[in-house]
Amino acid sequence: MGAIESKVGEPVSDESVLVDAARNGDVGAFEQLVRRYDRNVFRIAQHITQNREDAEDVVQDAFLKAFQNLGQFQGQSKFYTWLVRIAVNEALMRLRRRRPERTVSLDEDIKTEEDSMPREVADWSPNPEQLYSQAELKDILSKTIQGLPPGFRAVFVLRDVEGLSTEETAEALNLSIPAVKSRLLRARLQLRERLNKFFKRRNGDSGQ
Amino acid sequence: MTCSEFLKELTDYLDNTIDQRTRAELEDHLQWCHNCYVVCNTTKRTIEIYRDSELFELPDDLRSRLRSAIISKCKQHKAKSEA
Repeated sequence: MGAIESKVGEPVSDESVLVDAARNGDVGAFEQLVRRYDRNVFRIAQHITQNREDAEDVVQDAFLKAFQNLGQFQGQSKFYTWLVRIAVNEALMRLRRRRPERTVSLDEDIKTEEDSMPREVADWSPNPEQLYSQAELKDILSKTIQGLPPGFRAVFVLRDVEGLSTEETAEALNLSIPAVKSRLLRARLQLRERLNKFFKRRNGDSGQ
Repeated sequence: MTCSEFLKELTDYLDNTIDQRTRAELEDHLQWCHNCYVVCNTTKRTIEIYRDSELFELPDDLRSRLRSAIISKCKQHKAKSEA
């Protein structure tokens, strides 16, 4: 394609050039945006849907919708935040289709007593992830996060895995900043508690 | 500071988005409260483990297959809207 040659992770200023070009129908410019963010969108989609096929569909549908609706993107937020918002909505829609018997929304709650200390407080082994093979660890992490409601998975993956700011996460999920903070705390504490049984210090572990 | 108060501030503490005074109070609490120390430490590890896990990475072959499909649909959309 023409003069625009961008790589993933380049500054946002280049991005507005790509977005403008794509908005004017330059598919090559849009392809650069796809290359920049497809890995992120896939990770987010799979964290929320917990299903590989759904995640693949979400990646395709989210980018296509973004391309079709670029005219509505005002540039007040980052393109990525806008794209993530589309992808999260697509992912939640897939979940609803897969689990029609359950309400799937960002409002679904988890049963924790936010103001109380976790009951079981045991320290972890010095390098807990090394207690397992990489495949075992991925399985543990995947099954553990699956236990959280989708809205909490979404907040956790955007803030802690993808590194979006609290404000960007709030914008992408259409939540208030206090709601993002409260969900993030509870998601983190829930995951910590669930990982405890795999990672806690066992007799014979050497201390630090 | 009580343990409940500590817990309420935990996310801001871990994200380093807290004023100096509250940070000092939290760190004072951590000095003597072993439970909060462990919860804080293991929560931080939880985040690090997920962040570093490369869970759900997009394999190269699937990546290029998805990209081709996306670009081809975008081209179809463009052709339709220009027709």
